[in-house]
Amino acid sequence: MRPSNIALAFKKCKQENRPALLTYTVSGDPNKKKSFEILKAISSYADICEIGVGHNCNTGDGKQIQDSTYRAIKNGIKINDTFAIVKKFKKTKNAKPCILMGYYNSVFQYGENRFIKKCKQFGVDGLIVVDLPWPENKNFSKKCKKNSINFVQLVSPTTSSYRMKRIINDSHDMIYYISMLSTTGGKLKVSPKEILENYNKIKKINKSKNLVIGFGITIKTISSLTKADGLVVGSALCKKISDSIKNRQNPVTNIGNMVKNLKRKLYA
Amino acid sequence: MMKLKKGKLLIDQHNKNYMYGKKFGGNYVPETLKKPIEDLTNLFEKLRYNKKFLNERDYYFKNYVGVPTPFFKLNNLTKHLGGAQIWCKQVSKANGGAHKIYNATVHALLCKRAKKKYIIGDTGAGYAGKMLSMAAKKFGLKCKIFMGTKDIVRQAVNCRAMRKNGAEIVPVNSGSRTLVDAVSECMRYWVSNNDTTSMCVGSTVGPNIFIKICAWSTAQISRELIVQVKKEFGKVPKKLKLINCIGGGSSAMGFWNEFIDYDKNQVELIGVEAGGPKDSKRHAAPLTNGAKIGVLHGALQYVIQDAEGQIEETESISAGLDYPGVSPLHCLLKDSKRARYTSATDEEALAAFKLISKLEKVRPSLEPAHAFAEAIKIAPRLNKDTIIAVNSCGDAKKDMNIIKKRLGCSL
Repeated sequence: MRPSNIALAFKKCKQENRPALLTYTVSGDPNKKKSFEILKAISSYADICEIGVGHNCNTGDGKQIQDSTYRAIKNGIKINDTFAIVKKFKKTKNAKPCILMGYYNSVFQYGENRFIKKCKQFGVDGLIVVDLPWPENKNFSKKCKKNSINFVQLVSPTTSSYRMKRIINDSHDMIYYISMLSTTGGKLKVSPKEILENYNKIKKINKSKNLVIGFGITIKTISSLTKADGLVVGSALCKKISDSIKNRQNPVTNIGNMVKNLKRKLYA
Repeated sequence: MMKLKKGKLLIDQHNKNYMYGKKFGGNYVPETLKKPIEDLTNLFEKLRYNKKFLNERDYYFKNYVGVPTPFFKLNNLTKHLGGAQIWCKQVSKANGGAHKIYNATVHALLCKRAKKKYIIGDTGAGYAGKMLSMAAKKFGLKCKIFMGTKDIVRQAVNCRAMRKNGAEIVPVNSGSRTLVDAVSECMRYWVSNNDTTSMCVGSTVGPNIFIKICAWSTAQISRELIVQVKKEFGKVPKKLKLINCIGGGSSAMGFWNEFIDYDKNQVELIGVEAGGPKDSKRHAAPLTNGAKIGVLHGALQYVIQDAEGQIEETESISAGLDYPGVSPLHCLLKDSKRARYTSATDEEALAAFKLISKLEKVRPSLEPAHAFAEAIKIAPRLNKDTIIAVNSCGDAKKDMNIIKKRLGCSL
């Protein structure tokens, strides 16, 4: 079987001896057109793009992503628009693998099968569904696999060792480790050393899986975690978009620069 | 059609995935909450059969909550309407003025057992918050209450009580600025702090264990009621109707619990949702208006939402009923046709309050006023052998500003 785009992206980064840089921005933030341009600006530097499908009753997101979410919803983003953005993005020169990240009710209302079909059709490489944990995600993750879509399992500092083994066993190419007890965008309240210790424990269970770390990663903290297979920056980008709007600056340029700087830190 | 099992508590009629009727409930939560939910589940499942814990619960229900709450006939209202007999279970006589004290007390006891020092909760009408702040004070716990800023303004009376009890009110400014966003924010806080903090969900909503604990706690109401009914009538009457307002659905679950196994022709269960202002379309009535099933706050349920699954804002004069979702237990009761659901508008609830205040000594808050509105609607068509019992689950003191503004009268 041909390796997935996500697996290939990680392979390339390993050859360059650095972690993969994963970005998260909310689809439709600040509006449909700009959010596409932001993706394009990111894609020269990021290795994998997570694209948020915003939900207004999310339970895992902090203020920064909530602000982006409400802005996107207010400006009329619909799930089909997100698929259109992915389709268009995938045709650009520097297109990167795309992971849609959202909440289960969006998938449930769209219809699981229809959602997966559209993902396949428009080139979505992976899915993260924050509130569809294991074992609730067993069926859905199987369906994703059948359609060559990576279902990304999440593990956290509270995941028991019993669950950890089974989750990793049911995972595909990528696993997402939540760095600390927090919603997205919290201040890093655990030392990078402790995060990496936990990270190594999980990594030991199955070394072939690409394990990324997310939550609380900013330009200040990213260089202390470069031993990981991948690092996700999301809230910091969402905040940058909010700040840019507030300061009447162009979010596209600002985000492009920020991701460029983040990337530079990975070689340090 | 879904079928209920007789002789088994409704809260326990789920499958191994915690789903009721394979369609409702479950645990749709971020991974970080799996462990604390599992811990709480294990703790509760152990303690609910533990004699010492049950004695402790009963001790505090008796000496702190104050049970049983009164059950009596509303003679003047019955005479005025000239049909079925209307009886009132005055749950608002419980300590603090509403049924929320049962759940809050049990959660505080569980928090102590879990050796945690902090407890958090959500609130709409402010009763869940007020009671949790009382229980926290009683049991020496630090307490934070999440409340929408719209509700903080309209339920200022209960906010004062919370602060007096030493609780911190965390204002929630996102979305509709009401209960739905307060619950989201409270769950987010728990995601970040579950190592030190217990969470109390204020109604029979949320991940499965919170539905269970809440309904198990409020069941005290119907344990009392069935004794009181048998004392008044010698047995459970041939025609009994139990009417209760439905927001999340915790007071109704408590009011109905002991009667669910009775035939529905004998004991009819009627739930009254918030119909909102009469010209508004933003009803908080997912069961009455045939909302679609979706995930809200960790559970599948009938929920008011758009085609994309975004949760829609609702509008009701009663902050306690102003919630777009409803307990999976009520979804089960609806789909099995065991309970009947309807709604009353803001105006009907206010009119019911006005009539009862004129004729009786009871002062129901705007939430149970919705239930009384249905009783007033159906009583004249029924004969005097029919017994209607209404759960007056909250006291109107918290609503005095709204009532004064809308009806021009004080309590």
